[in-house]
Amino acid sequence: MGDHHHGPAKGLSRWLFTTNHKDIGTMYLWFSFAMFILGGAFAMIIRAELFQPGMQLVEPAFFNQMTTLHGLIMVFGAIMPSFVGLANWMIPMMIGAPDMALPRMNNWSFWILPPAFLILASTLFMEGGAPAFGWTFYAPLSTTYAPPSVTYFIFSIHVLGLSSIMGSINIIATVMNMRAPGMTYMKMPLFVWTWLITAFLLVAVMPVLAGAVTMMLMDIHFGTSFFSAAGGGDPVLFQHIFWFFGHPEVYIIILPAFGVVSQIIPAFSRKPLFGYASMVYATAAIAFLSFIVWAHHMYTVGMPIAGELFFMYATMLIAVPTGVKVFNWITTMWRGSMTFETPMLFSIGFLVLFTIGGFTGLMLSIAPADFQYHDSYFVVAHFHYVMVAGAVFSMTAAVYYWLPKWCGRMYNETMGKTHFWISFIGFNVTFFPQHFVGLAGMPRRIPDYALQFADFNMMSSIGAFIYGASQILFLYNVIATIVAGKPTSEEKVWDGAEGLEWTVATPAPYHTFETPPAVR
Amino acid sequence: MIRVSKNPSIDTTAKLAVVSVAMFAFVFVVMVPLYNVLCDALGINGKTDGTQYTSVPVAVDESRTITVQFVATNNEGMPWEFGPSVTAMKVHPGAVNDTVFFARNPLSKDMVAQAIPSISPSRAVKYFHKTECFCFNQQPLEANTDAEMPLQFIVDQDLPTDIQTITLSYTIFDVTDAVNGSVAAR
Repeated sequence: MGDHHHGPAKGLSRWLFTTNHKDIGTMYLWFSFAMFILGGAFAMIIRAELFQPGMQLVEPAFFNQMTTLHGLIMVFGAIMPSFVGLANWMIPMMIGAPDMALPRMNNWSFWILPPAFLILASTLFMEGGAPAFGWTFYAPLSTTYAPPSVTYFIFSIHVLGLSSIMGSINIIATVMNMRAPGMTYMKMPLFVWTWLITAFLLVAVMPVLAGAVTMMLMDIHFGTSFFSAAGGGDPVLFQHIFWFFGHPEVYIIILPAFGVVSQIIPAFSRKPLFGYASMVYATAAIAFLSFIVWAHHMYTVGMPIAGELFFMYATMLIAVPTGVKVFNWITTMWRGSMTFETPMLFSIGFLVLFTIGGFTGLMLSIAPADFQYHDSYFVVAHFHYVMVAGAVFSMTAAVYYWLPKWCGRMYNETMGKTHFWISFIGFNVTFFPQHFVGLAGMPRRIPDYALQFADFNMMSSIGAFIYGASQILFLYNVIATIVAGKPTSEEKVWDGAEGLEWTVATPAPYHTFETPPAVR
Repeated sequence: MIRVSKNPSIDTTAKLAVVSVAMFAFVFVVMVPLYNVLCDALGINGKTDGTQYTSVPVAVDESRTITVQFVATNNEGMPWEFGPSVTAMKVHPGAVNDTVFFARNPLSKDMVAQAIPSISPSRAVKYFHKTECFCFNQQPLEANTDAEMPLQFIVDQDLPTDIQTITLSYTIFDVTDAVNGSVAAR
């Protein structure tokens, strides 16, 4: 590691050829934000169409393309890469490593991502339009009835899957081999722990997703019949394979968010995290359980009753480790000297709203009740509470929390708090009414709806525009900070923050921990 | 073992790469066969195993009468006329029963079809044996011709007594393109 001191290269080649974890983390973060805006624009089209009953703006076929691309881009383009970016920036600094274990592969795993999404987005302009079968791409919608662009979709899933696998192998190799002397596993910050476990989940299930799309490819082009009943296959098999990937996937999204919140809440409560060890074990338990609950997404396909019961009880079991986490966060805040800077506001927002999403998840886990909720807006409300108020809120909190360390400038606190409150209100106005219309029977993924849902849908749409607009404020605040924020050179930007990342200079130099720090 | 200046991360990476390749293979060599085995064993989805049953001679149970209903469905876009000659039969467990299905290709091109059976209630799958079925093979029909397709079955004596009606449903699929080697119209 005898590298001499040198700064970043100049110009475009710095970004193309960089192997620096901070550069790559930055690129991941900007890329995911761009995808967040793109996926958000698609969501705005969806909500504009649903502003009033009847067909208003777009064709039903285009509406389906929007719901599909919104889901795919938000899950694979925005949320996942944003947390990978955060991992790149923070994990080496948190464990006292000079860089990621495999810097060259790190560069590759980022740079194959933009082409993958370019291919996916370009399907919009192809004959037959973009994929329109929902982000879950159930066969035979995605095989027999798919538009020709499905082949490009499959290729882009392969590439982004490869990127995720490479990224997670890198993270595991870094955490296992690059920790500073004295940094035992049980001393690692919780963000590192949650990412280590997430990375194992990714290595285990992204290949399963690759397998599913490969089977689709073979069914479409090579005459196999994995998912075609005519040839002895079964479309239900697709759902099993997809959700065997898909359920761990939702924990891949939320576990790093848990990690972020576990860093921020202690910092602004000025108390160590309550129940560190139980947090680690709860994370591992959630990861394990995620592999044995997949069929709760498909209660209505006609499973034997024993299967329904098994998946129902196993799913409910997840509430236990998740509850441990929620109570630990609350207990951390209990009698702490709390202050409410923007990262803390977003973390508390996460805690409240994620818990609501968790409860609706419990409702959905009840097999007999799920037959009513299935494929309704109740499901849409549920997963947006965990995906947006869960993952996106915590990601936003992370940006506000570490941005001063990254660029050596403070963001505008008033603007940050404004961003939080507009987001919080906009989010709830958007998604809370969707619980009601869902329970009343409004199906998801349909461009029109019955008249009795009109008022709630108009509320939802107004909320969505507010939430969408608040992200522009966020973008402005971040850029304003980088360009002209109040400079700070305090190592510990937040007085309650703990961890190795707060021992390096502010802004974080291009190379950190070239000699490993001593960990007590 | 001493590994001078060898990067332990390479080791980790190699192991994890093996894991991800193994998981990819797992989908094909474990999940797909396992799913089919489970469906056969548990009779999930009303999937019958599609193989011929060799009967064991046993006494016919004349004390019970089971209604067997026949349902025929055309998969989307399949233009054949397809249906059972009788829509229901009353049979005794253990007895060998014969019926025929009727199919007609109304188009002016030769076609090949495949019928896929499904049984309801799914608990009855294990007790419904087909000794001869047109679904075991693909059915070619020349343009504008028709055919009678035989079905021979036995309802097992061990059929649970609470089941009085079994519905046998066939969906007929157009597999002409797949058979002729040209892959679906794309």
